[in-house]
Amino acid sequence: MKIGVLLSRVRLEEKWLFAALDKRGLTYDRIDDREAIFDIAQPGGWAEYDVVLERSVSFARGLYATQMLNAWGIPTVNMAHVAATCGDKLATTAALARAGVPQPRVKVAFTPEAALAAIEELGYPVVLKPVIGSWGRLLSKINDRDAAEAILEHKETLGSYQHSIFYIQEYIAKPGRDIRAFVIGDQTVCAIYRNSPHWITNTARGGKGETCSITHELNAICLAAANAVGSGVLAIDVLEDPQRGYLINEVNHTMEFHTTVPVTDVDIPGMIVDYAIIAGCQRKASRAENGQGLDAITTPIATRVAGYQVGVA
Amino acid sequence: MNASTCPECDAALDLGNVVQGEIVVCPDCSTDLEVVSLEPVSVALAPMEQEDWGE
Repeated sequence: MKIGVLLSRVRLEEKWLFAALDKRGLTYDRIDDREAIFDIAQPGGWAEYDVVLERSVSFARGLYATQMLNAWGIPTVNMAHVAATCGDKLATTAALARAGVPQPRVKVAFTPEAALAAIEELGYPVVLKPVIGSWGRLLSKINDRDAAEAILEHKETLGSYQHSIFYIQEYIAKPGRDIRAFVIGDQTVCAIYRNSPHWITNTARGGKGETCSITHELNAICLAAANAVGSGVLAIDVLEDPQRGYLINEVNHTMEFHTTVPVTDVDIPGMIVDYAIIAGCQRKASRAENGQGLDAITTPIATRVAGYQVGVA
Repeated sequence: MNASTCPECDAALDLGNVVQGEIVVCPDCSTDLEVVSLEPVSVALAPMEQEDWGE
C-alpha cells in the first residue's frame, strides 16, 4: 500500500502521524501542497496512491485537492464531500438540521439590514461568525445594537464577499468550557473539556484541555453529528446548554490533537492511520476486482476502527 | 543564508532535530520560521496565516 500525506507544514500532529506510519511499516510520501500540481485529464503520479491523508492547513487547498483525487477514484481522509460540509459553517449547520442533530439556533442573512433584523429576532447577545474560518478567528460576540451596526458595516465594507454571508448564532451560556470530541469512523474515541475564562475556548486562543468522560449521551450526539456530515476522522465541538443539554457547535475535518493526545493518552494519530489503511485497502480491493481503472467514488467509506476498546461511561 | 540565524533579527537558532516543513519560533523576536532545507539546515520566514487556515 502507498499512502500520500498532503500537508502545508509539519506540526506535532504530522510528526506523530509520520511516526505512526513508520511504526506500521507503511510506504508514504509527504506532499507539500505548495508544490502540488493536478492535471485533471490524467492523474499521473497521483494514481500510485491507495489513499491520501489530507493534512493541509488551508481549507481551500485541501478541499480542491480531495475533490480532484476523489474524482479519480482515490480515497482521501477525509473525503471531499465531508471537507466541503465541515469547512463551511453554514453547510455544517444545514447538514445537522437535516439530520435533526441538536445545535444552537442560527439565522443567516445577506445584507446588513436583514442581518440586524435577524440579530434582534434572536436577541442579544449573539455570535457572528464567518462561514469559512477556524482557530477562533474573526468571531464576534455582539451584546447590543450599537455593536451590531458597527460590526455589520465593517464586515460588509472590509471583508471579502463571504463576509457578507452573515451567519448569526445564538449565544450559549456555557459553563466556562466547551467539549472537543474526536470521532474516528463510528467511534467517539476520546474527548476533552476546553476550559477558558473567555467565551472563545479554542486551544489556539488559550483554552486549556482536561479529560472529558464520554457518556452515552455525548457519544450519541457526536456520532449523529459525524454521520450528518458524511463520517470520517472528525473533531466535534460540543456546547453544554443549561436547559437543552448538548448542542453541536462545529465539526472540524482536519483535526489538530497536540493538546488532546497528552491529556487523554489516546493514540489519535495511530487511529487516524489505521482508518486510512482501511480506506486504502478498500480501494485496493476495488481496483483488484474492477481492473486498474480509476472510478469516481460515489459512496462514503464505511469503516470501523478495529481493535480499540473505547470505554463509554 | 546562515542556517543558524534568524532572518528577521539575526538571533542564533538552535535547530537540532528538526524536519523539513517544521515551524520554529525565534527565541528573540518570536517570528515564525519554516525549516526549508536540512542539508544544510536553513530557515525562512514562515508563510503568514491565511483566512482559510485551520482545522
